[in-house]
Amino acid sequence: MPRSEPKRFLPEATPETRHFWEGTRAGELRLQRCADCDRAYFPPRPFCPRCGTREVEIFRATGRGRLYSYVISHRAAPGFEAPYSIAVVELEEGPRMMTNVVECAQTPETLELDMPVEVVFSEQSDEITLPLFRPSEAR
Amino acid sequence: MSCDVAIVGAAETTELGRIPEMSQIQLHADAALNAIADAGLSISDIDGVATAGEQTTAIAHYLGIQPNWVDGTSVGGCSFMLHVRHAAAAIEAGLCETVLITHGESGRSQVGRGGFPRARSSLAGQFEMPYGPLGPPTLFTLPVMRYMKECGVSEEQLAMVAVVQREWAAQNPRASYRDPISVENVLDSKMIAYPFRKLMCCLVTDGGGALILTSAERAKDFPTRPVYVAGSGESVETPMVSQMDDFTSSRAFRMAGERAFASSGIRHDDVDHLMVYDAFAHLPLYGLEDLGFVERGEAADFVWERNTAPGGRLPMNTNGGGLSYMHSGMYGMYALQESVRQLRGTAPAQVKDARISFCLGVGGMFGASGAVVLSNEVI
Repeated sequence: MPRSEPKRFLPEATPETRHFWEGTRAGELRLQRCADCDRAYFPPRPFCPRCGTREVEIFRATGRGRLYSYVISHRAAPGFEAPYSIAVVELEEGPRMMTNVVECAQTPETLELDMPVEVVFSEQSDEITLPLFRPSEAR
Repeated sequence: MSCDVAIVGAAETTELGRIPEMSQIQLHADAALNAIADAGLSISDIDGVATAGEQTTAIAHYLGIQPNWVDGTSVGGCSFMLHVRHAAAAIEAGLCETVLITHGESGRSQVGRGGFPRARSSLAGQFEMPYGPLGPPTLFTLPVMRYMKECGVSEEQLAMVAVVQREWAAQNPRASYRDPISVENVLDSKMIAYPFRKLMCCLVTDGGGALILTSAERAKDFPTRPVYVAGSGESVETPMVSQMDDFTSSRAFRMAGERAFASSGIRHDDVDHLMVYDAFAHLPLYGLEDLGFVERGEAADFVWERNTAPGGRLPMNTNGGGLSYMHSGMYGMYALQESVRQLRGTAPAQVKDARISFCLGVGGMFGASGAVVLSNEVI
């Protein structure tokens, strides 16, 4: 049997984050929003990190955002081929999240700060689908 | 806290760099024994212990100390700045008399060193690790593209930080790297994580350091010149660099810095010597701005114009820093050691008549900060 490729580090959901990983599996990027101050936040937790209320709701984000910052790693982590971008995307709703920008050249020329990006879902296992981002088609 | 407590013992491990013959706990002990000798004390005189990277229980037992007070605050490489702050408060409050703070790390040789596993269910395990970061070179560096865009900073200016610090290291016989380098050399060195080249990233070495603090009143009876704790500050922000509030400024730096200035009553002009923890070349730029030595976006020009270089008006990272002197992983202890040497007048690259040193540490990836104002006079 051929040796399997090394897999990337995969997350393990907790009760507080399960909705997020169920969302990505269903092709949705789910954020939370405070009912009182109406602000979206990330990463998931069952209370608003600004005002502390437990009155929060889960909603489906648009999956659109802009490239906020990144590095291009020239050493490969397990499951990656160098060079690859490790990026932070600022979502339309406000929160920022780490991700990889994919489906484009992994170069500073292509990875222009503030360029519009959109989510793509990458299935890694039965449980885990990761939200990655690619340059938006309508640029 | 106004010079009521002093550092009366300070030392690093006998060797620095590559020390495969010592385990990590022995690096703590080697530095501790050197600091105890420096202060003219014996182990039985120590009644307080603070450390990070190892358990306080392990260090106290290994050294045979029976403490009345311990502090295991562990927030990364600036933990020792927080230990100085907490120890000063504990001594002032009468909880203990003589505190030993130790650091030791087999960063390069990895002898007897526990790992730092990230649980897959931790927030960083879920929302950062799946995207392929390989430790600090791909995490600590993540905000810098945003900083460079907003502040108009070039890759050449980022490289200059490393160039200037190598000039300081050239004067230091214990520095790992001492040969002069140019901006071109830095930019031509191996790409690690764009825009960071190898020479913009810290060393990975073995070593340790220890400090001994006691009341200013008792400090007069010690063989060493007292270095007073004139003020301090601390804060934490986030364990995930992707979630820091502002990618162009560290909230923890600002909060720790403001409190350190306020508690010591000094102004920026009073600072003769500055240490800013430099695991990577951008940290001194954030530090200069977040502490208010320059306005937002001005730090790169300030360094480029040689204000922090030998002969400049604000000597910074005079041991050569984590980029050229040494970096075991939790570098904060070495920044404190250099501040003490400068104020004792024993630094290899001595700043003439240095009276006040400001020492800023960082923990995690912009996750935490500790700031200490030290002086060789009661201010």
